Amino acid sequence: MLWQALTLQLGYNATLVTLGAAMLGMAAGATGTFLYLSKRALVSDAISHATLPGVVLGFMAMVAIGGDGRFLPGLMLGSAVSAGLGLLAVTWLTTRTRLAEDAAIGAVLSVFFGFGIVLLTVVQVMDSGRQAGLETFLLGATAGMLWNEAMLIAGGGALVLALVVLLRRPMSLVAFDPGYAMGQGISLRAVELAMMGLALAITVVGLKVVGLVLIVALLIIPPVAARFWSERVGAVVAIAGLIGGLSGYAGAAISATAPALPTGPIIVLAAFGLFVLSLLLAPGRGVLAAALRHLRFQRRVHLRQGLLALATGQPVYEPLTLRLMRRAGLVRADGVATEEGRAMAARARRDERRWQILRSDPEFEAAAARYDGLTPLGEVLTADQIAAVDQGLRPEGAV
Amino acid sequence: MALELVGSAPEQNDDLPLSIRGLTVSYGEKPAVFSVDVGFQPGQMTAIVGPNGAGKSTLLKAALGIVTPLSGQVRCHGRPLAEMRARIAYVPQRASVDWDFPARVLDVVLMGLYRDLGLLGRIRGQHRARAMECLARVGMDGFAARQIGQLSGGQQQRVFLARALAQGADLYLLDEPFAGVDAATEKAIITVLKDLKAEGATVVAVHHDLATVPDYFDRVFLINTTAIAEGPVADVFTPENLQTAYGGRLALAQMGGVAAG
Amino acid sequence: MGADFVMLSLTPLLIGIAAAVACALPGNFLLLRRQALIGDAISHVVLPGIVVAFLLTGVVAALPMMLGAGAAALVAVVLIEVIRRLGRIEPGAAMGVVFTAMFAGGVLLLEQSATSGVHLDVQHALYGNLESLIWLDGYGWAALLDPDALRALPPELPRMAAVMLGVVIFTGVMWRALVISTFDEGFARSMGLPVQALSLSLIVVAAIAAVAAFDAVGSIIVIAMFICPPAAARMMTNRMGAQVAWSVGFAVLSAVSGYVLAGYGPLWLGYDSAVSAAGMIATVSGVILGLAALAGPCRTGGDAQASGAFS
Repeated sequence: MLWQALTLQLGYNATLVTLGAAMLGMAAGATGTFLYLSKRALVSDAISHATLPGVVLGFMAMVAIGGDGRFLPGLMLGSAVSAGLGLLAVTWLTTRTRLAEDAAIGAVLSVFFGFGIVLLTVVQVMDSGRQAGLETFLLGATAGMLWNEAMLIAGGGALVLALVVLLRRPMSLVAFDPGYAMGQGISLRAVELAMMGLALAITVVGLKVVGLVLIVALLIIPPVAARFWSERVGAVVAIAGLIGGLSGYAGAAISATAPALPTGPIIVLAAFGLFVLSLLLAPGRGVLAAALRHLRFQRRVHLRQGLLALATGQPVYEPLTLRLMRRAGLVRADGVATEEGRAMAARARRDERRWQILRSDPEFEAAAARYDGLTPLGEVLTADQIAAVDQGLRPEGAV
Repeated sequence: MALELVGSAPEQNDDLPLSIRGLTVSYGEKPAVFSVDVGFQPGQMTAIVGPNGAGKSTLLKAALGIVTPLSGQVRCHGRPLAEMRARIAYVPQRASVDWDFPARVLDVVLMGLYRDLGLLGRIRGQHRARAMECLARVGMDGFAARQIGQLSGGQQQRVFLARALAQGADLYLLDEPFAGVDAATEKAIITVLKDLKAEGATVVAVHHDLATVPDYFDRVFLINTTAIAEGPVADVFTPENLQTAYGGRLALAQMGGVAAG
Repeated sequence: MGADFVMLSLTPLLIGIAAAVACALPGNFLLLRRQALIGDAISHVVLPGIVVAFLLTGVVAALPMMLGAGAAALVAVVLIEVIRRLGRIEPGAAMGVVFTAMFAGGVLLLEQSATSGVHLDVQHALYGNLESLIWLDGYGWAALLDPDALRALPPELPRMAAVMLGVVIFTGVMWRALVISTFDEGFARSMGLPVQALSLSLIVVAAIAAVAAFDAVGSIIVIAMFICPPAAARMMTNRMGAQVAWSVGFAVLSAVSGYVLAGYGPLWLGYDSAVSAAGMIATVSGVILGLAALAGPCRTGGDAQASGAFS
């Protein structure tokens, strides 16, 4: 069953939803990257919660003119309008008052959401028969989705993705270094507007599938996960798109296999799984790699300090230093330096003296800037240069 | 050269107000401060001098336990830092706090009395009087009721100094107290610091203006990741040592003033 | 304002007020520490907490659910901190990752448990049921002195009142240390204040307030009360003590007028049924914030060059 779902063999509708969710995930991952890189990931939380009043008001308006209240494009239009107002409110509060953006986000999301709930209870009274569909916008639902609704979602996702690809250069520049971007003649306002507009579009498009509480996950989790794998903006955008797309695809497929597997949460949990893998395993920024590096680094620092202490005849205070030196065979169990320890200490001392000379000699300025107590001299200077430094060492006598 | 290594921390025979042993602090993979040994002399004013990113502020923060070092020890009058906090006053960098915080000048100075007041001690007239006295010493007694966000940079710096004075310590650690302040403030601060020295206090300040070092300070500690030299200004503040500390950036650092030789 | 009021409105009003104040007090510090959205994160993870508690105990009862919610809040806070530190991710994004994933897990578990025939209400967690917390034995003001009637008070009232009292005591006792470490963490550390423990205890207190409040009034009010009254209060004054006082005032005002508007507003407009009180309280707090942002005497920063963006 799962295999069939993953290979799109569960019927026309399930296939359509799966492809739509994959498209949505890709677009959301790519869009969210720019928000994340400009450190504004949670603005999407305000956007998504602010859609609720619009959804309900859209419903009420359509019922009032005698239409079907659940007509998806109408609800999407309503949600876009109120999310846009929410976004404006966040901007207004942060620029016109002393409030920081996090407070503005929290205020807008809770107040808009609260107001949406008030409206929802109004609808419940007004028209108890037809409101049943609206609550699905809180958590999303794909069961019983109409063909043209699925097309709308896939098409919307594709459109947003195309726009992201089109605008990736100015958005990368602005997300990375607004000051520089401005110097390049890029309008910050316009690009930020585009970023927020795309996030808003993704929210509106994804509302029906993932629900307004969880849509923000699609904008946040893939970029954060992707960031572990690359230092280049373009690559991060692409990887985030990939992670989002994979999550959407797998999530929708898995959820099609059984009724009690709601699409939105499964998609989010799939993305979270990929995030955890990235956090732990990514080379470079991943946790395991970083922990190994830190241990190695700590060992280097302690050994170096221990050797320098040996060389200058100072006592070593740190228990960890002593332990590491013992393990490296530099001192004996009773704390006395071994032959090897003495030799290495002398070498460390000589290197340190060389560095000292090098740092006081304007000729070696470039090399001296790399001094951090740990970098071996051989990485910075050629053998000839070291010999030249030793010229200066000799008159003061070797240690 | 047979060396005896001692496992546990021995009594440090020096009884200096602040002594640092084997201190290494690292943000990420590059040490900001590496294996620094230094002691600060009692009753003296010492400048910590070095180029940007040389670990000056980091050294101070590690000395106060604000950042956790990778290795090393800090002692105050020969005792662990934790026992001696009441004798240390600290002036952080002005930019390290959000001045939009809802507080008045007097509220900030009263924070310096926390060790006297404790969690629940009532602020009494004597405490307010002491805070006002400290404000008067820095020439800010007219601003006690002012919202801190409305102060100029120099005034903020003086408020921070007044808060440190309120701590009633005998070791003062200041992080860039003269950075970005007006001439009047600079003069007011140095006057207060010299008075403190006259009263027997030890003053250690991170300082960035080479030109004023000989006028303001008795001793200099030159640092660039590692300790370069520490001693009386006349002995240590030499072109050779400065070249070692600053490298190619020396010319830049000297702009606007001439370093004493 | 007679027997009907005591029976139907007094307890929901008091519960609403207690919940609002309990959230607004720690909210003041969270706001100034740029941690306003911790409340948002906590209230989202309440859902998985109660679902897990239900799956473990098999009963729909207040105590296990509150314990579950509290545990979930702690798990979320720890996870956010771990992810932030280990992954070197900015706090907002770390928060977004954690609370959405946990919420998704909660919804999934809920759907799974719903298939076994037991019903747990997502909506209840989101917007509570303040209106239903009536005092059936409250036959009139005299009932306030009648031990039998008092025994029949909805248990949410004493619980919420106790939590509010606890929050008030915590804020009062830790006030000085909280203010110093919020304003200048480095200085606080230099004096030996346990800065990390303080910051953790603040979050734990916020979590307790949120968990106690969600049961009675739902998550929306919780988020709104953490942020809106303190944010509005910040724009009324430049002193910490006064800010906290204003925020409590705004919280009470929101709770009372929100409840009244939800209950009677539709009647005034000619409809015969009420709207969500929790939603209305959040809405009113938003209106208050909007007014403060438009006209509050301290709505903008004092000095442009001095109000740095440092946290």
